[in-house]
Amino acid sequence: MSDHEYTPSSKFGKWFNDRLPLLSLVNHLTDYPTPKNLNYWWTFGGILTFCLITQIVTGLVLAMHYIAHVDHAFSSVEHIMRDVNYGWLLRYVHANGASMFFLAVYIHIFRALFYGSYKAPREIIWIIGIIIYLLMMAAAFMGYVLPWGQMSFWGATVITNLFSAIPLVGESITTWLWGGYSVDNPTLTRFFTLHYLLPFLILGLVVLHIWALHVPGNNNPVGIDIKKPSKDTVPFHPYIVIKDAFALLMFLIIFAMFVFYSPNVLGHADNYIEANPLVTPAHIVPEWYLLPFYAILRSVPDKLMGVIAMLSAILILAALPWLDTSKIRSAVFRPLYKQFYWILVADVLILGYVGAMPAEGLYLLIARIGTIYYFAHFLIILPVLGLKEKTLPLPLSITEPVLGGSPNLAAARDKTEKIV
Amino acid sequence: MSDNNDKKKTERRDFLFTATAAAGAVGVGAAIWPVVDQMNPDASVKALASTEVDISAVQPGQSLTVLWRGKPVFIKRRTDQEIQKAREVSLGDLKHPEKDEDRVKKPEWLVMLGVCTHLGCVPLTDKGDYDGWFCPCHGSHYDTSGRIRKGPAPTNMEVPKYEFVNNNTIKIG
Repeated sequence: MSDHEYTPSSKFGKWFNDRLPLLSLVNHLTDYPTPKNLNYWWTFGGILTFCLITQIVTGLVLAMHYIAHVDHAFSSVEHIMRDVNYGWLLRYVHANGASMFFLAVYIHIFRALFYGSYKAPREIIWIIGIIIYLLMMAAAFMGYVLPWGQMSFWGATVITNLFSAIPLVGESITTWLWGGYSVDNPTLTRFFTLHYLLPFLILGLVVLHIWALHVPGNNNPVGIDIKKPSKDTVPFHPYIVIKDAFALLMFLIIFAMFVFYSPNVLGHADNYIEANPLVTPAHIVPEWYLLPFYAILRSVPDKLMGVIAMLSAILILAALPWLDTSKIRSAVFRPLYKQFYWILVADVLILGYVGAMPAEGLYLLIARIGTIYYFAHFLIILPVLGLKEKTLPLPLSITEPVLGGSPNLAAARDKTEKIV
Repeated sequence: MSDNNDKKKTERRDFLFTATAAAGAVGVGAAIWPVVDQMNPDASVKALASTEVDISAVQPGQSLTVLWRGKPVFIKRRTDQEIQKAREVSLGDLKHPEKDEDRVKKPEWLVMLGVCTHLGCVPLTDKGDYDGWFCPCHGSHYDTSGRIRKGPAPTNMEVPKYEFVNNNTIKIG
């Protein structure tokens, strides 16, 4: 993995490293050659790692006070808010942290879509990323059930009922998921267990995600292959570390704004009413980060087909490296793709908006058009575009467009050249 | 082994491999099953299978909602007009054709799970385009017999197993 042999300077370091090459790993991570043209859209990987650790740490301490029982869950959350030292802060960081996590992951995903980071040789990184995203949605959904408010209960009821759409075995699967004949105490306790487990699975997959990234190295805004190390790269530390740290600080300002000034703006007031299996809230909506998929679910008038459409909307992303037939990675050199990219962004935002509105009249019509366009983007536009589009000429190296001509062509070709 | 290079013969060793793999698969399956099955409804959940309801106070046009197995059950005392409306409908107009006569034991009393067959919300009583029930979650309309008439729900609201213990008591389950 490492691009050059590393020997620790101290005698003990050498003795230790021969037995467990941890220092080699640290050296690989600090010296890791990174394209020097990475922009701020590339800082969200680091921000996401921060989000995951924040969720694990705050979640761990919240679990010390939370009681997973239908009679106590709601009041134990209020107990955390009112009695536990800094409980309000920990819970607000955890609840808003989930939203911040999704905000960052959506930027991270759309960055990959713009710069073609999912294309060869990075398909495995991308697919691991999609699995992480699915696990994030599962973890967020189950976490939202734990306070046992009205939205918790009815959100859990609606989402688990999605499985009842499966022909023949649907009902049995739903009963099995519930551990009863409705969402009840057995459901709550198992959701708590799984909500505790999933972040650690995500952590494991993040390690694989980064490992797979370090094999070909980062994509970059120009989207061309670069020689590593060369004048086109800089070492990860200190260059990228400091850039990531600055971006994280900016991100934390927004995070803190939510936590301290509007901690409930992303939630629903109905969830401060304890769960009642006899009354469904007038307007059920999932959290904002699931709204586009909810709009797709509701846009299909048939139950089973609606569920299939919603799941396909996520899973189709895993096939993206093969649906996009263009060899050019970055949208910078794909004038038509760039336009379709922004239409897709608008489409997803519109789907999110109508997902929050009642499923009737004009909203339903817009949701249907948005859903059709979403699938058309991946299944028709991308495969055809890759074959028809007239792309712009690619530079020979990252340095070339900046310095003009190609003075570093020789350097780019010379694999042994190192940054001083 | 030496004289059989081009043609593979089934040997004693192949048999042992297959037998070991088969026994291993059965063993792993038997070990996993308790871990999976523990999630199914337990004995205490199943024990709450029936409930008795006093219906003596319910006037025509009124309805009662009780909790059975964690789910609401609607007990509606229908007016003559509502019964008539439910029986006038031709089966051809129904998404899930069921006669009203088959859904009730006494025409006056409609007993059914108050759970929308789409995604499990509780529909609102005396609402919707067919004056029966309306589900606020995704807009399913039910008629005065609890049959689906419009919206994404695939089937009519379910009629649970129930019986009249006497004129004033219904036993559900």
